[in-house]
Amino acid sequence: MKGLLIISGLGLVAMLAEIFKFKKLLLPIVLLGIVAAYVFNFMEWRESMSISYFDNMIAFDKLGIAFSGIIIATAFFWFILANDYFEEDSNLVDHFALVLFALVGALMLTAFTNMTTLFLGIEIMSIPMYVLAASKKKDLRSNEAGFKYLIMGSFASAFLLFGIALIYGASGSFDLKEISAYISANNGNLPMFFNVGVVLMLVAMCFKVSAAPFHFWAPDVYEGSPTLITALMSTVVKTAAFAAFMRLFLIGFADLSGLWTGILAVVVALSLIIANFTAAMQTNVKRMLAYSSISHAAFMLMVIVANVRSNLSVDILIYYSLAYSIGSIAAFGVLYNVTRNGNETLDAFNGLGKRNPALAVCMTIAMLSLAGIPVTAGFFAKYFVFTAMIGTPYKWLLILAILTSAVGVYYYLKVVIAMFFKANTNEETIKLEYSNQFVILVTTVLTLALGIVPGIVAEMFSF
Amino acid sequence: MLTVLLIAVPFIAALLVFLTKGVGARNLALGFSVVEFVISLFALFQYKSDAAAASLSFTMPWVKSLGINFSVGLDGLSILLVLLTTFLVPLIILSSFKNTYSNAQNFYGLILLMQMALVGVFAANDGFLFYVFWELALIPIYFISLIWGGENRAAITFKFFVYTLFGSLFMLIGFIYLYNHTNVDGLKSWAIHDLYNAGRSLSAPQQSAVFWLIFIAFAIKMPIFPFHTWQPDTYVNAPTEGTMLLSGIMLKMGTFGLIKWLLPIVPLGLERWGHTAIVLSVIGIVYASCIAIVQKDFKRLIAYSSIAHVGLISAGILSSNQQGIQGALMQMLAHGVNVVGLFFIADILLRHTGTREIDKLGGIRNMNGNFATLFLIIVLGAVALPLTNGFVGEFLLINGLYQYSAILAGFAGLTIILGAVYMLRSYQHIMLGERKDAGIAFGSVASTDKVVLIIICSAIIAFGVYPKPLNDIAEEGTKMILMYIK
Repeated sequence: MKGLLIISGLGLVAMLAEIFKFKKLLLPIVLLGIVAAYVFNFMEWRESMSISYFDNMIAFDKLGIAFSGIIIATAFFWFILANDYFEEDSNLVDHFALVLFALVGALMLTAFTNMTTLFLGIEIMSIPMYVLAASKKKDLRSNEAGFKYLIMGSFASAFLLFGIALIYGASGSFDLKEISAYISANNGNLPMFFNVGVVLMLVAMCFKVSAAPFHFWAPDVYEGSPTLITALMSTVVKTAAFAAFMRLFLIGFADLSGLWTGILAVVVALSLIIANFTAAMQTNVKRMLAYSSISHAAFMLMVIVANVRSNLSVDILIYYSLAYSIGSIAAFGVLYNVTRNGNETLDAFNGLGKRNPALAVCMTIAMLSLAGIPVTAGFFAKYFVFTAMIGTPYKWLLILAILTSAVGVYYYLKVVIAMFFKANTNEETIKLEYSNQFVILVTTVLTLALGIVPGIVAEMFSF
Repeated sequence: MLTVLLIAVPFIAALLVFLTKGVGARNLALGFSVVEFVISLFALFQYKSDAAAASLSFTMPWVKSLGINFSVGLDGLSILLVLLTTFLVPLIILSSFKNTYSNAQNFYGLILLMQMALVGVFAANDGFLFYVFWELALIPIYFISLIWGGENRAAITFKFFVYTLFGSLFMLIGFIYLYNHTNVDGLKSWAIHDLYNAGRSLSAPQQSAVFWLIFIAFAIKMPIFPFHTWQPDTYVNAPTEGTMLLSGIMLKMGTFGLIKWLLPIVPLGLERWGHTAIVLSVIGIVYASCIAIVQKDFKRLIAYSSIAHVGLISAGILSSNQQGIQGALMQMLAHGVNVVGLFFIADILLRHTGTREIDKLGGIRNMNGNFATLFLIIVLGAVALPLTNGFVGEFLLINGLYQYSAILAGFAGLTIILGAVYMLRSYQHIMLGERKDAGIAFGSVASTDKVVLIIICSAIIAFGVYPKPLNDIAEEGTKMILMYIK
């Protein structure tokens, strides 16, 4: 909770920076603030207390704190990566504030206990993202991305609200626990419109995590947005959306799993197939990563399908989000530096192995991790998902996941091949700022470390 | 600790080699690989004096909560394959001395990393560790083929990587399934014996499913018909050292896996489906032999002959009797040495004459008689003439398969005849007769190349004449496995 308050405070401070003229100091202040938020968050984890705030609207339990930790840590790396991105732009302060407020929304999503907080969290997170997606004002595609994101996001929010309203109509409550109690009390004779409400919320959440067939906005928005904003979307926003998804369905609607697991299994299957096969055909790396993020979304949803009750799926999801976020930050960090001249196709990576070997090695490790090859974090993430799935009736989903994983390897390796195999089309060497080197190196090392000693995280959450 | 050392030395060597530049890299790599070989000889003597010596096994928790241990050890099966690996890698490195590679330090570093992963695969006593090393072995060879391979390598290595990874994932599922059925005081375990017990406690249909999940991975790696389509292109396009690693050692990962990680786990599955798998192997033998006969490119011919040999090995293993498995082990060693020799010959031919086309070559014996003799010894080893290393294994294999089914043994016996046809015929075309193309000259062979060839030929003859030391170990290893199957 303290983390959430600190980040909110930082957002306000950022808005004041222009007036009181400490723009130059803003980045250090924000970074310090984020570190402080992380430390407080970690201390709450150590004390492992769960107090609800604001009349039971929000409660940071272990689950919420763990996801908050991932989000705050990712944000820390993101801000370092983005330091010069902010300098290019005149509206520095606005951007800082927007990102920080999006973080506030994300943190709310990890810990909501009430439908109102869920809705508020989603809106607080999404509205800054709409603006940020369109933040390259003069770029047509960026504008398109922002507009599309806004329309589709609002559409999803409408579904969400409608679902909440129907559920409220039946159960008479916004509170997650009370709704859950209502379901178990009336199991078997719930009113039809309650079920409709649950399905509507499912659709809305699938929109937010960009699972097929509700994914159409994602590739365009990812491609059009500035690279760093895309990085933010595919890490922080995604993790938060999953935390919310899990909290809503595994805690709120757990007793109704018969209704939604079947639907979700179909969503997962579609996402796996569509995302992987479409990704394999992309030439634009950013767009490919967008589809890859859909496929990772499918994997995370698979965990929710797999294990409705036990703690196991929670832990797996935490590990998966962590592995995916770290790998993505590394990949987007490299992508951001390689594509500075505006060329975002695979050709931009040609000969990177010669132009900047260290960068190419980092990208290779990130790609191997996203593809799930040992000994990287992504491998263990995938391994945990497989372990969870094997005991469920959805074995066909597991087979499908394997088949599509092989396709996944194909497009991740395309980048590797371009780097080491294709001839240089572009002679210029790539120079990185120290800040970017730091982020890419640290995330790469973390990716390997989590793959070599997954125990440090796995034991923390006691699988 | 010796086993850990065997895994650690190539890894440390690889890191050091990555940091050196130029000629230093290859000398360093050679030095380390020789050291590695010496260590493995120590391990062999240790094993001979006391098979259960504590110094050969090592266990350390890796991920405690999941029951994953870093557990390695050497038994009768693994010591042989570790020896094969440590014997071949220095030869492979030495054989590359006449080829110049850009970024040599990366090339040799990757070879050493590959060696680490291979030793790891053979020594692993923990299912998860086995899987991790299995996958790790794929990455260096992928880059070796990709960066230093021939034309059209991108598409071919792709196919190779995706194909094998695809099989491995099924194996992982099979292992996870077994792991979920382990129960050691209420906890799950990845230890090999717990997996054995878990597998044998399953019902026949469950065992059949596990059999196929795991078998596909091994079948792709070896490769067995009809999973072989990645192999000829990959072998031909990889740089010769890569091909040697692939065919000499990596292929044995599949056959080794069959013996140690499949047969003892699912005896009922084997009973139900073993026959199908043997028939597939035998089809592969005949099919690949026939294709080998019509090949024009010598390297491609060896690639197909390799499919034929490995088909026989896998048929022998799956017949799951003493002769079959023991023969398979002996043949794995012999094939490893012979095929490396043959690929090296193909490389020397290409380097000296600019072509590997069998029809264009001819009369080389008149130009370099010593080379012709060495080549002949390797060819004789490959066609399994008595008193060469190939004979022991092939004899035991056919014998074992005969006990299983006389008809299948008859078909498998064709390898010997067809093998003699294509090997001797290509030898005849390449070395004997008149020079067909006046432009082709064949001078003296470089001294490093001679050293490699002489070592290979001595090994072929030595273990053909006196196979007993290795055969004894293979026998013990086989008995251990058969104990689990029966």
